Amino acid sequence: MTALQSPPEPAGTTEPSSSSRRTKRRATALAPRDKLILGLMLGIPALVHIALVWVPAFGSVVLSFSSWDGIGGFEDIEWVGFQNYVDIFTRYPRFWPAFQHNLIWLLFLLVIPTVAGLLLAVLLDRQLRFGRLYQSALYLPMVLSLALVGFIWQLIYQPEQGLLNNVLGTASTDPVNWLGDPDINLYAVLVAAGWRHTGYIMLLYLAGLKSVDPALKEAAALDGANAWQTFFRVTFPVLKPVNVVVLVVTVIEGLRAFDIVYVINKGRNGLELLSVLVTDNIIGESSRIGWGSALAVILLLIALGVIIPRLFQVFREEGRS
Amino acid sequence: MTSFSASPHPLMGRRALLKAIIAGAGIAAVPGLAACGSDSGGTATDTVSFGNNLSDQVPKDAITAVINAFQSESGLKVAINTKQHEQYQEQINNYLQGKPDDVLAWFAGYRMRFFAEKGLTGDLSEVWSKVSGGYEPALKEASTASDGKQYLIPFTQYPWGVFYRKSVWQQRGYAVPKTLDELVGLSTKMQADGLVPIAFAQKQGWPGMGTFDQLNFRINGYQFHVDLMAGKEDWQSPKVKEVFDTWKRLLPFHQENALGREWQEAAQSLQQGKAGMFLLGSFVAQQFKADEREDLDFFPYPEINPEHGQDTVEAPIDGYMMSKKPANAAGAAKLLEYLSTPAAQATYLKSDPTAVATSNKADTSGYNSLQKKAAQVIKEAAHITQFLDRDTDPRFASDAATNGLNAFIQNPDDIDSILKGMADQAKTIFTE
Amino acid sequence: MTFRPGRILLHVFLVLTCLATLAPLLWALYASLRTYDDTARNGYFSIAESLTFDNFSTAWTQADLPHYYLNTLIVTLPALVLVLLLSSMVAYGVSRFSFKFNLALLMLFTAGNLLPQQVIVTPLYRLYLLTPVPGWLSDSELLLDSQFGLVLIHVAFQSGFCVFVLSNYMKTIPHELSEAARVDGAGVFRQYWQVILPLCRPALAALATLEFTWIYNDFLWALVLIQTGDKMPITSALQNLKGTFFVDNNLVAAGSLLVALPTLVVFFVLQRQFIGGLTLGATKG
Repeated sequence: MTALQSPPEPAGTTEPSSSSRRTKRRATALAPRDKLILGLMLGIPALVHIALVWVPAFGSVVLSFSSWDGIGGFEDIEWVGFQNYVDIFTRYPRFWPAFQHNLIWLLFLLVIPTVAGLLLAVLLDRQLRFGRLYQSALYLPMVLSLALVGFIWQLIYQPEQGLLNNVLGTASTDPVNWLGDPDINLYAVLVAAGWRHTGYIMLLYLAGLKSVDPALKEAAALDGANAWQTFFRVTFPVLKPVNVVVLVVTVIEGLRAFDIVYVINKGRNGLELLSVLVTDNIIGESSRIGWGSALAVILLLIALGVIIPRLFQVFREEGRS
Repeated sequence: MTSFSASPHPLMGRRALLKAIIAGAGIAAVPGLAACGSDSGGTATDTVSFGNNLSDQVPKDAITAVINAFQSESGLKVAINTKQHEQYQEQINNYLQGKPDDVLAWFAGYRMRFFAEKGLTGDLSEVWSKVSGGYEPALKEASTASDGKQYLIPFTQYPWGVFYRKSVWQQRGYAVPKTLDELVGLSTKMQADGLVPIAFAQKQGWPGMGTFDQLNFRINGYQFHVDLMAGKEDWQSPKVKEVFDTWKRLLPFHQENALGREWQEAAQSLQQGKAGMFLLGSFVAQQFKADEREDLDFFPYPEINPEHGQDTVEAPIDGYMMSKKPANAAGAAKLLEYLSTPAAQATYLKSDPTAVATSNKADTSGYNSLQKKAAQVIKEAAHITQFLDRDTDPRFASDAATNGLNAFIQNPDDIDSILKGMADQAKTIFTE
Repeated sequence: MTFRPGRILLHVFLVLTCLATLAPLLWALYASLRTYDDTARNGYFSIAESLTFDNFSTAWTQADLPHYYLNTLIVTLPALVLVLLLSSMVAYGVSRFSFKFNLALLMLFTAGNLLPQQVIVTPLYRLYLLTPVPGWLSDSELLLDSQFGLVLIHVAFQSGFCVFVLSNYMKTIPHELSEAARVDGAGVFRQYWQVILPLCRPALAALATLEFTWIYNDFLWALVLIQTGDKMPITSALQNLKGTFFVDNNLVAAGSLLVALPTLVVFFVLQRQFIGGLTLGATKG
């Protein structure tokens, strides 16, 4: 995915406008057989995607208006209108903390790993001895599952036995309960999540930076621009498409975050997240399908609310150009 | 087409991709092929499928030994489907509605009855008519749903109590407390001696329920426990408040930071002599090496309200149910019948000596001292409870109850608002 | 050039950052090499009395890892191939042709990739429970409890992200290339298969690495859709080490590292291709 900013060498470049005009002409000139084949190439994947992703998602929206224990046929479902939503907002003690934690989570991921990843990418985007080694080391946490990340960081955060308190020298005197104290555990977990996320962001930006024409930078340097100015005037604008990808990836990561807190303490005691509440209610013994689905829909709305406007803007810009 | 050779990507790339796809397709066919083989075996009538939730090595080996003994005795084949213990529990709804095994592990209590009422599990009253002589009436009651039929074959059972190390107590001259005041006195003394009086862990979310249960039925009695769990009593009632007030009084004697600790760690502090007592199920002994287990003892929770004394013991029953439409009903009945026998239970307990048999014909001479005590305590109890999360609606237990207790442990001064939250949720759930 | 202080400072900073990044993993590795008795006596923050691979061999057999590796493999590989194939077809259609539903289709996939799994899972379970499949594909004769069903949902769920990425990539491929093929009489499929797909190799390689780790690391789908313990993927096998009643963190650490091993191997093996894909554009100008 990181390669998306790196177009292969064109065999011979012509003006883009003429090519896009030709595209339109070609589209109308498709042979019937080609139309059929194209239809299949688009239709089959779209069908799979719609049937297994969108239809169930729509189903969840419908179920969010029900009270159902997940047992028996659909005729057993009792419809309660917006009752679940009203109850969630007004008498579910875990909802608002979870909502707040999700926002903090999202904000944290959007700021810290993004800035750190961009910084590392800029530092590594040059002829550097061991450059690839550094990249590998920094990217490594990304391939680990969040569940494993959760486990590894538990070894670090344990009050008496953990690495952190021992390094800080607080293990024997007054151990900080990093994961047990609800005032700090969210941030402790965010460090772990950010640890995993930073390398990924770095790689995305690195890919974007590789596609910046060095001639542009040289020209800027010749004009007397310093490194900062070059970065903000020349490099950063080129990274705009990467920023969109980073945003999408981070929002997904932020809202799907689940495994890591689930492994640590099932998402309780300061680590509540909406995804955990949904899971608690629809997976497992409790099976409050309607209630859990309503929570899922809220989660969905947040995700779409953050992303869709931005995507619309980007796609529309592309459509115009 | 020759113009494409000028492209930076040699054709090799495409070929490699193709190879990968073919390889992938080949592998995709594997599960199908493998499935064919096992399918033919599954439909044969001499095979019984068995859903097992004992996934840890020791209990898994123990239950496998039981199944092997059954196979050689009956001539039937048993296909064991082992799932990780917690996963099994999380999947139970989907599992029972999907393709459940003929015989499957579950617990006595509210949830067992609920499944029975929903028609998700099979009626076992016929099997029970053959085996009822081997069980005390209390166990039959615990296996019976609201329609008066039985849906569970009890297998093993373990009591909850306050565990301690005999050697530590002897050395310090501690005596078993009989009343709440004595418990407070003892705890104060332990604190002065530099011990943590009561080991405590609530990271997993359920051990604290044990504390609540004990306080609740000691203060309000067995029937109140049952009614509260069934959603018939109000969580904001003064009776519940008294439970939390008592707990709050005892909280300073409990190990700090309970929410960041797993019960295994708390058990370690008991084992190392850093903590004086630990309220838990007898499975706590699994954290002790075999030679240390003889040093482990327990007592039932002290009396709080003389009206109820120590008449109730929490002793969850593990057992087996039959699926709604077993592929091999006759075989399933045979297996269930076998699981009710003292021999089957003894085979299991040989490998896992922290529980006791549910059969009243079980030979207890092979029990270790802890098992003997456990059997005696269960036998003497007037009422048996299963445990908060087994006695109530899981919709309430897994979310409202767990998080309510956690909130209390975090902020013991917020009892009123916490109880309001729990009461609100209980009303929503139990009227749904 | 070699003695610029800025460079040295840069290297110092990068080395420190890398060490900080690797520290948690190394700490887990250290724990996994120690015995339970050692850490129980001395604590984790101590010099090891001895280092041993015993935990790894115990984890290997006790959790029955080979079996679960295979389970994961027969889900991950087909899912990976299928998702790349199907997504590249959609991306091709969406990015190389303009028709009425172009943007809508792209939006559909892109937005689909934002849905949290939990939003889908309940109705999906119902759908799988009601969908019969031939016995040779699944012994449950349903999509439920079948590895084929797992492959399908991975493909469907991950295709959103892949379409998004690949269509972005394909837009950068000059139209002249496929145009030339068209003039040579190649149909749309041949243009896709012989021209566009080979050019997408770097993107496909990068995506393959990412998707491999994602599909490999997933456990939520399996938790809901698989009901036979023997069919569970390796991510759930780890639970077998974390006994309900007894936790040996050293053993779990060893098991966790073993479970992570394939993703690490794939990462190191494909890294060259991965970074190769990255640097492709750098040669420009």
